[in-house]
Amino acid sequence: MISISNLYKSYGSLEVLKGIDLNIPKGEVLSVIGSSGSGKSTLLYCINGLEPIQKGQIIVDDIDVHAKETNLNSVRQNMGMVFQQWNSFPHLTVLENVALAPKIVSKLSKSDALEVAEKQLLHVGLGDKLSQYPSALSGGQQQRLAIARALAMEPKCMLFDEATSALDPELVGEVLDTIRLLADEGMTMICVTHEMGFAREVSDRVAFFHEGKIEEINQAEKLFGSPKSKYLQKFLSKVKT
Amino acid sequence: MESSATYFSGFSLNDLWFLGEAALRTLWISFLAISIGSLIGIFLGLALSVSRIFSFTLGAILDIFRSVPLIIQLVLFFNFAPIIGLRLNPFEAGLIVLTVYTSAYVANVARGGIEAVGIPMRQAARSLGMNYWQDLRYVVWPIGLRAVFPAWVGVALGVMKDSALVSILGYVELLKASQILMTRTQEAILILSIAGAFYFALSYPISYYATRLEQRWSK
Repeated sequence: MISISNLYKSYGSLEVLKGIDLNIPKGEVLSVIGSSGSGKSTLLYCINGLEPIQKGQIIVDDIDVHAKETNLNSVRQNMGMVFQQWNSFPHLTVLENVALAPKIVSKLSKSDALEVAEKQLLHVGLGDKLSQYPSALSGGQQQRLAIARALAMEPKCMLFDEATSALDPELVGEVLDTIRLLADEGMTMICVTHEMGFAREVSDRVAFFHEGKIEEINQAEKLFGSPKSKYLQKFLSKVKT
Repeated sequence: MESSATYFSGFSLNDLWFLGEAALRTLWISFLAISIGSLIGIFLGLALSVSRIFSFTLGAILDIFRSVPLIIQLVLFFNFAPIIGLRLNPFEAGLIVLTVYTSAYVANVARGGIEAVGIPMRQAARSLGMNYWQDLRYVVWPIGLRAVFPAWVGVALGVMKDSALVSILGYVELLKASQILMTRTQEAILILSIAGAFYFALSYPISYYATRLEQRWSK
């Protein structure tokens, strides 16, 4: 589904990703953990084509994302992305937020777009907020709105970039529950996260990033249960406290 | 006392009509300058926001129009235009200068609006598969407009009042018409009050409508 080989990415002279190789089969949930600045989020931005890459290849659903002839806009329709900041469109109601892209990108009729939007909002548990504006929603609700907005494009995979990091602690649960729901439905997902419990419970595999490289990658239980890398051991001992 | 009464009688209903016509000319030149200038200004603002080189060079040029007093720009342009072969009447010369002046201000307002939307919001839009223009049309435009609309209204009202300076070229708009009547009637206070009332009558609907619009958006 997603296949990354020998990926290098720099911002100016700062090399952020230093040779990433990663294969994510259909239906897998991969969590990416690591300290700040290890390149976790950058990886997602590269997969989505929001950041150009310097070397290597990213293939999503048989399409080379960074090839010159690739139409990024159509590639992105197959990939939903949820950001740390939820970025709901403040001038549109909850329903319109979700219906916008199906209407203008997928060219659905207005009524079809609204129908898709309503379905996804019910899915994430915002069925009673359809006509509200995002400003009336809590952070957790806005993040679920962002998830519904991405799902409305019927993506084949989802990328979560620290989806709960900007939330108040009591709101983290509802967003994680929504992500868990998608995992149970078999969605292919990459979750960059600081929620170790979530990563351990939901992921098939977990990758630990250290200084732009995958330091260790393994099944969730093994990676957390018996970490081999000393950096990972150090990292886990810090976050567990 | 009798002589002053004769001066006062110099102002007649016809003169009010004359002022009214002049007010329409003020409205017309302002309307054109604000609409064309805003349109150009939005594209300039977009250029300012996309590239640092633009922002530096274009920004410097626009700063000239923002910092040199309008009256100097008008006089210079009106007198230098014939040298480069442009034969312009006062209305045309005034409109061109006023339009450029408006676009210089609107460019910076527009840049502010685009920056207010922010990169993360635009990345979110792009991540949904929107192309560059869809992002501009459906995300940047509505959100940015709401952010800087009051600033734009300020520019528009300012241009409407500054259009009075076009009178120096001889275009008979509201201020010029008032000057003509004052010379004839010697009733400066009366006529300036009427002219002021006209300016207010032209501006107030704009600021009233703008406030209503902002209230509706803030809901």
